[in-house]
Amino acid sequence: MIHHRRSGKRALLALTSIGLAATLVAGCGGTTKDNAESGSGSGPNADKVADPDAPIKEGLQIAFLPKEIDNPYENIVDEGGISAVEELKGSGKEVGPSDASASSQVSYINTLVQQNQDAIVIAANDPNAVAPALKEAMDKGIAVVSYDSDAAVDARQVFVNQADSESIGRSQIQMVSEQIGGKGKIAILSATPNATNQNTWIEFMKDELKKPEYSDIELVTTAYGDDDDQKSFQETQALLSSTPDLKAIVSPTTVGIAAAARYISSSPYKGKVVLTGLGTPNQMRQFIKDGTVKEFALWDPEQLGYLAGYAAAALASGQITGKEGEVLKAGELGEREIGKNGEIILGPPTTFNADNIDDFDF
Amino acid sequence: MREKLLRWESILLLLCILVFVWGSASTPGFAETDNVSFLLLDYTEVALLALALLPIILTGEIDLSVASVLGFCSALTGVLWDAGMSFETIVPLVLVAGAVLGSLNATLIVRFGLPALAVTIGTLGLYRGLAYVVLGDGAVTGFPDTYRPIATDTIPGTFLPYSTLVVLVLGILVAVVVHYTPIGRSLYAIGLGEQTARFSGIRVQRIKFVLYIVSGILCALASLVYTLRYNSARADNANGLELIAVAAVLLGGVSIFGGKGTVVGVASALLLMAGLRNVLFLNDVTNEIQNVINGLLLIISVLVPVVANLVRRRRSPAAVGIPEPPPQETLPDPVGATAASHATPEEDQR
Repeated sequence: MIHHRRSGKRALLALTSIGLAATLVAGCGGTTKDNAESGSGSGPNADKVADPDAPIKEGLQIAFLPKEIDNPYENIVDEGGISAVEELKGSGKEVGPSDASASSQVSYINTLVQQNQDAIVIAANDPNAVAPALKEAMDKGIAVVSYDSDAAVDARQVFVNQADSESIGRSQIQMVSEQIGGKGKIAILSATPNATNQNTWIEFMKDELKKPEYSDIELVTTAYGDDDDQKSFQETQALLSSTPDLKAIVSPTTVGIAAAARYISSSPYKGKVVLTGLGTPNQMRQFIKDGTVKEFALWDPEQLGYLAGYAAAALASGQITGKEGEVLKAGELGEREIGKNGEIILGPPTTFNADNIDDFDF
Repeated sequence: MREKLLRWESILLLLCILVFVWGSASTPGFAETDNVSFLLLDYTEVALLALALLPIILTGEIDLSVASVLGFCSALTGVLWDAGMSFETIVPLVLVAGAVLGSLNATLIVRFGLPALAVTIGTLGLYRGLAYVVLGDGAVTGFPDTYRPIATDTIPGTFLPYSTLVVLVLGILVAVVVHYTPIGRSLYAIGLGEQTARFSGIRVQRIKFVLYIVSGILCALASLVYTLRYNSARADNANGLELIAVAAVLLGGVSIFGGKGTVVGVASALLLMAGLRNVLFLNDVTNEIQNVINGLLLIISVLVPVVANLVRRRRSPAAVGIPEPPPQETLPDPVGATAASHATPEEDQR
């Protein structure tokens, strides 16, 4: 036994020394992050010219590739996209991996390239892992549009963004101010303390509050429900009991607002404390109907997909190339201008209330 | 026994040919050089992991931590690259890291005599966790264009990716060692009965120790290919890939109980799985259905030899090939072999 132990150790020792020797040899100079050529070069469409009057090609084949095939939010987006493609007399389909791991989308991209699709619309799991495959697709003349979660900037032509952070953040304050008559204490119920999108929105909310018309509104605190139903529920309870004269809670997360609504609807605060934020109509319908919540907002995922579908068709037909300043004609959504880095913004979030909530199903 | 093995590999090769013929005939885009390259590239890492697993499974052991070693090494590559270290330095360091992780497995299994299944399920979680400790949730990208083509490009003028060439060379190397050297014969002997192997002078412990180190190095190599191919170092890279690799080895006719299997069989299984997956993908067959098909293939591959054995046993008990079975070995041969190898208490050697 002792003999065997030694042999294992010896093997390891030998390996380590080989490794270290190689390291020393290779250590001098070499390719590092700073001198590596990671050739992105010019953008994907440096040499193409857009022809805004070009007709949409007939029979376009456009594929939607969500982060994972069972992502309910992205399924709605893709449905919207497919309906746009069908409106343009093309055929759309949704394919995707069953797990949202970084690389699982790559095989799908390669497959779509082999299938000679005209455009790929993707919500990237990892902006860089999909980049080589997407670039190859673009090299073969396939249009690439990203939505919801962007791919590397040089690996797609257009990114369809739901709404810019600034308008989401500011609209939250406008909405709550309207409901409490521009006066009183408010609190924010967020997701996790380090969620990037949440924090950006909260920054813009705070900035909006500095405007004179909101001088009577006081932001008491920001609570974190960690996008966990139970914790958000308890945090709501704590907020309301620690600040008796709280006028409103703003929860810019779908999990938070639903949990808060559930607590408030069965508490004495119902009808007295305003709750608003970002939520989905299906989660919030009963709370709108029972009067717990008057109004909340979210971008319409179906419209997001619709816009992405139009962008893909326009790219594949040469109407746009993804350059800043070009104008995308997006059917019933009207026109959208392409911004910096090929970004197209859907627009301000849709507001849901008792009048329109039954028109939406997501 | 030999004949039966050959027959299984012929079946696999036949299935392979069927899949490729079916694919070319029914699926536009399948029989194109680009597509064949994709198909091969997609299975590069699985093939490397399978090469790591094959000799280990031949000895009746298992290493379920292979994909986690890959994940850790990928995370390590990312951190070192991000810190400004040169890629030429990172490569040997990562290979050594793989060897170290492999030797930790080996230490627990060989030195402490712990069951390989339990140990490597443990290190499956442990190494994946460490990968997150090292790199966190983020991703590192921007790997140099000088080296990326090794993982992504094909040899000019052919459909053969460079990385497949690497796999082929390593595969031939493993085949030579396994099938044509005394060490290779020792692997089979250990798999068929560890105690017998030990009594006949085979250094079981040492061989197993080295196998796990080699496994670690191959996984580290796979991590470099993976990281370069996707140009993305992440802690969750290749999550769950160990199951596909184990499936390929078993489908290739290697007995999970050890002592039986060939490199050709595993290679055919890999090609079959890669081809099938590609055809199904091109026909928009969803992942769930693909998993069902792969699962069924695997079960069939494990079931066929057992059923064949049973049938033969029932027909003529004398023809089974064990002339005078010892009293405790009334079970079919492979099961008996495992029972023997696992029942060997470590105290015996102390």
